[in-house]
Amino acid sequence: MLNRQGRESAPTGTSRPAAAGMPGHRGLQLEEPLSFEQGQAGRSGVDLPPLPVGEDCLGGLARQGEIGLPGLSEPQTVRHFVRLSRQNYAIDMGAYPLGSCTMKHNPRLNEKLARLPGFADLHPLQPLSTVQGALELIDRLAHWLKILTNMPAVAMSPAAGAHGELCGLMTIRAALAAAGDARQRVLVPESAHGTNPATAAICGYQVESIPAGPDGRIELAALTARLGPDVAALMLTNPNTCGLFENEILAVAEAVHAAGAYFYCDGANFNAIVGRVRPGDLGIDAMHINLHKTFSTPHGGGGPGAGPVVLSERLAPFAPLPYVVHGPQGFRLVEQAGEPGHAPIGRMKSFHGQMGMFVRALAYMMSHGADGLAQAAGDAVLGANYLLARLSDVMSASFPGPCMHEALFDDRFLKDTGVTTLDFAKALIDAGYHPMTMYFPLVVHGALLFEPTESESRESLDELIATLRRLAAAAQAGAVEDFRAAPRYAPRRRLDETMAARKPVLRWRPAQGGTAK
Amino acid sequence: MRYLPLTLDDRQVMLAAIGAADLDALYRDVPASARLKAPVDLPMHAGEMAVEREIGALAAKNRAAGQGPFFLGAGAYRHHIPAAVDHLIQRSEFLTSYTPYQPEIAQGTLQYLFEFQSQVALITGMEVANASLYDGATACAEAVLMALRVTRRKRAILSGGLHPHYRETVATALSFMAEEALLLPADASGAEDLLSRIDPETACVVVQNPTLFGHIADLSSLAQACHDKGALLIVAVSEVVSLGAVRPPGAMGADIVVAEGQSIGLPLSFGGPYLGLFATREKFLRQMPGRLCGQTLDEDGRRGFVLTLSAREQHIRREKATSNICTNCGLCALAFCIHLTLLGEAGFTHLARLNHRLAAQAAARLGALPGVRLLNSGFFNEFTLALPVPAAPLVEALAAQGVLAGVPLSRLYPDDAALANLLLVAVTETNSSEDIDRLAAAIAGGL
Repeated sequence: MLNRQGRESAPTGTSRPAAAGMPGHRGLQLEEPLSFEQGQAGRSGVDLPPLPVGEDCLGGLARQGEIGLPGLSEPQTVRHFVRLSRQNYAIDMGAYPLGSCTMKHNPRLNEKLARLPGFADLHPLQPLSTVQGALELIDRLAHWLKILTNMPAVAMSPAAGAHGELCGLMTIRAALAAAGDARQRVLVPESAHGTNPATAAICGYQVESIPAGPDGRIELAALTARLGPDVAALMLTNPNTCGLFENEILAVAEAVHAAGAYFYCDGANFNAIVGRVRPGDLGIDAMHINLHKTFSTPHGGGGPGAGPVVLSERLAPFAPLPYVVHGPQGFRLVEQAGEPGHAPIGRMKSFHGQMGMFVRALAYMMSHGADGLAQAAGDAVLGANYLLARLSDVMSASFPGPCMHEALFDDRFLKDTGVTTLDFAKALIDAGYHPMTMYFPLVVHGALLFEPTESESRESLDELIATLRRLAAAAQAGAVEDFRAAPRYAPRRRLDETMAARKPVLRWRPAQGGTAK
Repeated sequence: MRYLPLTLDDRQVMLAAIGAADLDALYRDVPASARLKAPVDLPMHAGEMAVEREIGALAAKNRAAGQGPFFLGAGAYRHHIPAAVDHLIQRSEFLTSYTPYQPEIAQGTLQYLFEFQSQVALITGMEVANASLYDGATACAEAVLMALRVTRRKRAILSGGLHPHYRETVATALSFMAEEALLLPADASGAEDLLSRIDPETACVVVQNPTLFGHIADLSSLAQACHDKGALLIVAVSEVVSLGAVRPPGAMGADIVVAEGQSIGLPLSFGGPYLGLFATREKFLRQMPGRLCGQTLDEDGRRGFVLTLSAREQHIRREKATSNICTNCGLCALAFCIHLTLLGEAGFTHLARLNHRLAAQAAARLGALPGVRLLNSGFFNEFTLALPVPAAPLVEALAAQGVLAGVPLSRLYPDDAALANLLLVAVTETNSSEDIDRLAAAIAGGL
């Protein structure tokens, strides 16, 4: 048959020789069926006490028929999820230079502390006298965030970055409405995360995109031309998604304020400047902080996050419920509107915020301290600049340095090689890495965005650099087929995303009959 | 500093390779006036022992639920979590990976999301489910926004049995979209008339089942009434274990089911992180918010999974996206998925019935106390007691005796005097009969 891999003896491909054991197993790489495909009725992984004698009071609405859940014992369940886990790449395995995502080390102390019964086994509606330590922790984290940003207030409840953006824009809209000002437009640079325009739209605004200047930054003239009495806010990411600090930010803030608008900062990249630069000194009115980026709460395969929003004096009265205040009898939680001087926008979610993430973030902050946070930011910036300097001769840097915490390249260095950014990413998988962010930001062609973070040693950075140089040389030497065939050594080869979208199969269904009730 | 691998020597070598004199030179794009010259006014770095001591002292100031009889619910429930759950979610490959953007090296995450979506669809009785949202309240707000998109109408009717945090989250979201949320008064009796309020302007009716007050209702005729007028029925479930014993919303005609998934696999954690479940009919698939995982094949024809239908999402659609959500609650979805896998059909249904029987015993016992009245006829594991005295001071007094008796409704509705004497009591498999004895004695003694 056609040798599509370009390697004669690779044990991959449709003609893979059958292993002696279960189909698909290859040494330590074990295939794992769905839990639904291995269950037996009546088997369970938990032992529960027998039902007490008595009558049901379900109002005649007891569930009828089978649900269709599989039955697995505890050892089967443990093995199932351990096998699944081994099909993932993770920070704990190696460098994960996924730009814009900040895949830094997740200290295990933080996990331990979040699991203390005094936090983990605490109900959000217990009498306040029984949760004073929890309120104090929220208050202390808020204090650290306010000092680090030099902002007077912080809304703690948003559950993630995008949720924080929404909270920030809502406070802006509420502040404008309170002043009788019904502005309709929000300006968003085209380099922004997709969440920015999506958030502005959900907040009821028309979104206007501002093109990036030739140096990858916002152009003051282009901004000023669009500012006017109908603009409610500018949403600007700083450092921006090209990994650059917006060097005209003070003038940007002044122009935005002169037009009567608010300055929202997407704080996703706060990790580049924490402890060194305070957003409050840059004229910012509101900024969310991704605790799962800057302050290392684990990404967990995509959440949970936490996205507190720091607010300026003018926006603080509109912060959402609930919030912690100091009272004569200790800490108090304000859960209803009606406090003097406060006009909350409402509520962002159930209860009081992502407490489990708060504990982890505070533990991280205290471990680093004021000195360590600044050093961590510095090391992250140093690592990214090291990558930029050591790769600029073989890969095409989009903008000259210095960069901040991430280094942006585009696909000019792949021109005429037949290799795309996607192919390059997949080849990086075969080389043992999680790829960089690809095709984002949208302002450069075929973007490759590397964020090594402060967690990588120099040896690790040198290895990554050597790998990237080797791949760039291979692309230029015409090894296009190798790139197109990658990845070969991952648990799966390239997956057919078109098929997934055309005929969506989003859940398991039994082979025949037995539909769920 | 234990988390930072670079040595002073490394930094010098790297700066030399870059051609920068010092770190500050790399920050030259920052206006000089904004560059700090000294550390901010916060403590300096600290070792593990010191951090553990200080944060441990804060934890010790709280009264953990497990320290005595405990009966709080109202949207967050204390259930037993098998040890394997917390062990497995702390595997590095799950804990320290990102959203599965490179599916070839994220099949572990993707497969459990597929299994999770399957579990959620099955227990809610719906056709499709997404890969999770932040929590029950935000899922509820997303459901209402979806109903507005689907129906192109502007009014949402929110039942008085819906948890006030869900109501407020929805109302907050709608207030910024010039859409209308009609919030019905708190419905302690479960006798609210929703049917007569549905009109041709109604996009959706949102009810909770069991309600905040614990009532279970047959929603079939409400679903029919919604459909007759072209509106959608959204059902919120704040205690997801109930779905193991109570007829699921999908079997009663719901168009969207949202739920708080905390009860399966997640600790109380003072209110978060929790897990938003979202399920709907297949015909609304492309209007759904949030991440979706789908099955496909790889180049060798092997089954694999990818994130799919991302043309709905913010990173592709930007301001035209169905939602601004990016992060879901991956690790919480994993905890849910593992716990429900351990339970299986037999364990899940037994757990639900166990909760119900224990609650039924407690309700009969407490409802028979002098001056106390049980408001519910049909309920799952939570019920409302009408006391002869205001509930909040009693709860506070019992807390001082080591019994956390429940949630006084005044905590959620402080301005509604009619609810001042109502106490919401939740009973789960974690409550022993001795706990219930102590609660009954404590309430009787406190009246």
